[in-house]
Amino acid sequence: MSTDEIKRIIIIGAGQAGGETAQRLRQGGFEGEITLIGEEPAAPYQRPPLSKAYLKGDLDIDRLMLRPASVYAEERIALLTKTRAVWIDRANRKVRVEGGRELPYDALVLATGAKPRKLPLVGADLDGVYLFRTAADVDRVRERFVSGAKLIVIGAGYIGLEVAAVARQCGLDVTVVETAVRPLARVTSPEVAGFFLDEHTRQGVRFVLGGQPALIKGSDRVTGVALTDGAELPADLVIAGIGVTPDIAIAEQCGLTVSNGIATDRQCRTSDPNIFAIGDCAARPMVHYDGRMARLESVHNAVEGAKIVAAVLTEGKEHTEEAPWFWSDQYDLKLQIAGLFQGYDRIAFRGVMADRAFAAFYYKGDKLIAVDAVNRPAEYLGAKMLIQTNRTLPPSVIEDMSRPMKELVASAR
Amino acid sequence: MPKITYIESNGKEHVVDAPIGQTVMEAAVKHAVPGIDADCGGACACATCHVYVDPEWLTKTGEQSSMEQSMLDFANDVEDNSRLSCQIKVSAELDGLVVRLPKSQH
Ligand SMILES: Cc1cc2nc3c(=O)[nH]c(=O)nc-3n(C[C@H](O)[C@H](O)[C@H](O)COP(=O)(O)OP(=O)(O)OC[C@H]3O[C@@H](n4cnc5c(N)ncnc54)[C@H](O)[C@@H]3O)c2cc1C
Ligand code: FES
Repeated sequence: MSTDEIKRIIIIGAGQAGGETAQRLRQGGFEGEITLIGEEPAAPYQRPPLSKAYLKGDLDIDRLMLRPASVYAEERIALLTKTRAVWIDRANRKVRVEGGRELPYDALVLATGAKPRKLPLVGADLDGVYLFRTAADVDRVRERFVSGAKLIVIGAGYIGLEVAAVARQCGLDVTVVETAVRPLARVTSPEVAGFFLDEHTRQGVRFVLGGQPALIKGSDRVTGVALTDGAELPADLVIAGIGVTPDIAIAEQCGLTVSNGIATDRQCRTSDPNIFAIGDCAARPMVHYDGRMARLESVHNAVEGAKIVAAVLTEGKEHTEEAPWFWSDQYDLKLQIAGLFQGYDRIAFRGVMADRAFAAFYYKGDKLIAVDAVNRPAEYLGAKMLIQTNRTLPPSVIEDMSRPMKELVASAR
Repeated sequence: MPKITYIESNGKEHVVDAPIGQTVMEAAVKHAVPGIDADCGGACACATCHVYVDPEWLTKTGEQSSMEQSMLDFANDVEDNSRLSCQIKVSAELDGLVVRLPKSQH
């Protein structure tokens, strides 16, 4: 279908990716109908503050909003909240929502995000055991999230560690249980993980590494977590941060190709040319990594998908992709990540961990593929620029602290 | 509420009511001022909320943190009056603030 014939666009999922898409379609000059269907009660909002300032109580929900709810009407975007899309009829190009209403589309964007994994344990449904994905989840946590309370965080990924950091700052007693032998095992190197382990330990967080939860204890509300080795940890509340699974239910129902997320091409087009998929629910070829398929869970990836799809559907200038980026705030540490570190065979450092300001550069052969920068924004942005423009610098050059990052980047080829 | 004027690179002006305590970036985004992307939502991680502060307001908008300085160092078309608008908090003192937007945030 040529873009002239596209009069009606439906977006399923009113999260960061869906919300950005609607807005960028309008900015790109699309004049037709836009319907944004979302299951949550709120207009699209940002999730990153949920495990940071929002948990701490520094921000109210209005400040999480991507746009004030009134902007959608002003821009003629039909925002259907508390509405779940349940069925896609690809042959007749219709979406059915709960309650039976059918909405026709010319182009459809799936931005259904991801669902947090529930603890596969007896007791996971007890009062006081929480998942951590939506603003409503955090609102529920808050009543128990008080100074002196005993918190067990299960899973030492970024969200788990951010929650642990806020909890310490709010005076909770915190234990993190992680099945792997180190925190952040899937997302960073042992070196950087070790730095965060030390930092949290110094801040008073206890870690049970290689710990296997067996059971959540309690009769109506949680009282503790039992581990497979027989240990029992008391708890007033338990927060599970054991990862997410892409929400592919509706894509599978209508028979789109799915493998670790809804599979798309570089333009975010699924196996049906009239349907696109973006954000946490979708995997696409990574332009900076030889086209290898990846499903990323980040704000950048959600925004990138929105920009790509808006450019395709408005026949705008093709969007030039940035290198993947991500950040995590813990205590006064700002971790900024560019690139994808998987498959690295060498690390170079600028700065030293003891100064709490350093960057780890990951190489695969000669090629710089990623950076983890802690309180080192220049190293982060410099590496991001290099990856984006397919340039590299030898480790020995990167490690030369007598030369500022900006100068090094200018010299790279 | 303090009023802030945003001037796009093509000269188009947007005058916006900015709640005290929020940031100059948030006020722009909430009023859909084009030209401030703010991809990271104010986490000082993306440098896509770059503005030029009208010189007479520079003292009132305060100092850059070293984090902000380093981020700006890598942005395009940086001038002496460049700031990341997510790092400027709106106060009563900033009523009447004028900021200009760069041609592009990338
Ligand atoms: C606590 C937390 C902290 C984070 N911190 C960071 C960070 O620091 N930096 C970073 O880059 N990223 C961070 N992330 C990740 C980032 O927030 C996500 O990658 C991003 O929100 C993905 O956007 P999305 O639109 O794809 O999915 P989501 O934001 O999950 O939105 C999908 C929406 O679709 C809805 N939906 C699903 N199916 C249907 C249906 N059939 N009908 C209607 N609606 C449906 C869902 O209810 C949901 O509201 C964090 C995430 C969490 C949870
Ligand atoms: S909004 Fe990202 S740095 Fe200001």
